[in-house]
Amino acid sequence: MRPILMKGHERPLTFLKYNRDGDLLFSCAKDHTPTVWFADNGERLGTYRGHNGAVWTCDVSRDSTRLLTGSADQTVKLWNVQTGTQLYTFNFGSPARSVEFAIGDKLAVITTDPFMELTSAIHLKRIAKDPTEQTEESVLVIKGPQGRINRAVWGPLNRTIISAGEDTVIRIWDSETGKLLRESDKESGHKKTITSLTKAADGSHFLTGSLDKSAKLWDTRTLTLIKTYGTERPVNAVAMSPLLDHVVLGGGQDASAVTTTDHRAGKFEAKFYDKILQEEIGGVKGHFGPINALAFNPDGKSFSSGGEDGYVRLHHFDPDYFNIKM
Amino acid sequence: MAIDKNEPSKLRWGELEEDDDLDFLLPPKEVTGPDENGIKKVIEYKFNEEGNKVKITTTTRVRKLAKARLSKRALERRNWEKFGDAVREDVGSRLTMVSTEEILLERPRAPGTKQEEMKVAGDSLAQLSKGGAVLMVCRTCGKKGDHWTSKCPYKDLAAPVETFVEKPATSEASAAAPGAGKGAYVPPSMRAGAERTTGSDMRRRNDENSVRVTNLSEDTREPDLHELFRPFGAVTRVYVAMDQKTGTSRGFGFVNFVNREDAQRAINKLNGYGYDNLILRVEWATPRTN
Repeated sequence: MRPILMKGHERPLTFLKYNRDGDLLFSCAKDHTPTVWFADNGERLGTYRGHNGAVWTCDVSRDSTRLLTGSADQTVKLWNVQTGTQLYTFNFGSPARSVEFAIGDKLAVITTDPFMELTSAIHLKRIAKDPTEQTEESVLVIKGPQGRINRAVWGPLNRTIISAGEDTVIRIWDSETGKLLRESDKESGHKKTITSLTKAADGSHFLTGSLDKSAKLWDTRTLTLIKTYGTERPVNAVAMSPLLDHVVLGGGQDASAVTTTDHRAGKFEAKFYDKILQEEIGGVKGHFGPINALAFNPDGKSFSSGGEDGYVRLHHFDPDYFNIKM
Repeated sequence: MAIDKNEPSKLRWGELEEDDDLDFLLPPKEVTGPDENGIKKVIEYKFNEEGNKVKITTTTRVRKLAKARLSKRALERRNWEKFGDAVREDVGSRLTMVSTEEILLERPRAPGTKQEEMKVAGDSLAQLSKGGAVLMVCRTCGKKGDHWTSKCPYKDLAAPVETFVEKPATSEASAAAPGAGKGAYVPPSMRAGAERTTGSDMRRRNDENSVRVTNLSEDTREPDLHELFRPFGAVTRVYVAMDQKTGTSRGFGFVNFVNREDAQRAINKLNGYGYDNLILRVEWATPRTN
């Protein structure tokens, strides 16, 4: 395939997100300006100016009208997707690390980092249909995990929140009371910081990637470990194909291996694994730096990867991708 | 085309009159399908308003784009105006480019197919034996493959320092060394034949390959032991116990080999060997651990 290279960001990429229809791709980077691109040919549509710090995360509403971005400048901003204007700003005491709209887009879950005396926390905010009625107050604030919470997502039917982060434990919280319902098993769980989390299209299972060079697949209801995928590199980003049973892992390179490995450029790859057999299918090379973000188009026919090199690479699969036999 | 039958030779196309009967016929449409570059040419013939025959050539490049079965909303979004930094987008900005390289989903190779085949044996004698010669080591002169000790032509002379074993070994080792290929820097720890063990590991094993030599003559010193044991393999350390008061040897010493096999062979060959008018006793320094 011929990937489309998009160099709109000056700094490393942090997050990528497709909208529900799969025609827009939102990219966040450390350069303060989230960008939106057309997902078919990579043409840039616009940028959202306003943040004063690295943008760590974003999410788009189902109708693609609202964009939420979380940044290191301790704010989460709500934008009008079409015009790029800021609609509202939520202020926090520490950098925001992860945002996600709930099903129905009436609520959002936001995580904030530990900073000075503040511990990391998960905030639930109500999102009003009319931005003028938007308020700052949180519906619920959950505290408890030590260290950074790298990702928090909504569980099925918005009944639960799933969080994962630096303390290597995945936790499931009740979204109405804030009570801790389940924790992942320490023995079988990750041994190092969990960097990324992605849900399956139907929400029944989710995939976590960690710096311990592995990714694990979990059941959403019971938090049992289903599969483990091993790599040689710390995993920075994970994605699951909505069409085939494939998972993709993207990662970096251990500092110790830097001088002794191949110096060929463009060799950081996104690794494809068979979801059920746990075996490697192959890798897609091309990035000049560690891969920090991965996202699959909801139609499953293309995916994009964002790297430390500031490039977004958009890949449309060749027909023989769909015929891969293990 | 009407051909003047009287003059078959010189035909000038400008003078040819079109046959009225076939005037309404147009040449068929030609389609040269997409070639490797995706170029498709369609040549059509039409009559324009004035009734003249015109030839229309359409050249298109067929590019594989994702089948954009966009929803109605998505199609609307396609027509949105650019905002933010994209407003002043000049055509030549080249933010978005198609990669010049074809990238494939590379299937993983089975382990072991691409491993380096150069595993230089640290054992130099193993390399020598590849020559196929029978190992006849003469104790007196140390020459191999030539004669046995009893048949040594240099019977009365001291054992030469000859390090014959070294030379072929080094040449073979250097041949196998490159590994990664010319020009690429390969760090010492990853070169072919590099010793992968840590320092302390090496020292410990060395002390396990220690050989005790007793019944040495008074004049025997470290260099003598080194000369004597060198033919059997690489020697890392030699030690002769000295009497501080008289400055003579106390009659025993230790030799440390790199390889255990070399040490074993030295023991086998030199135990009972006559050296400087005394019969040597050569054995393992510590009770042998196997």
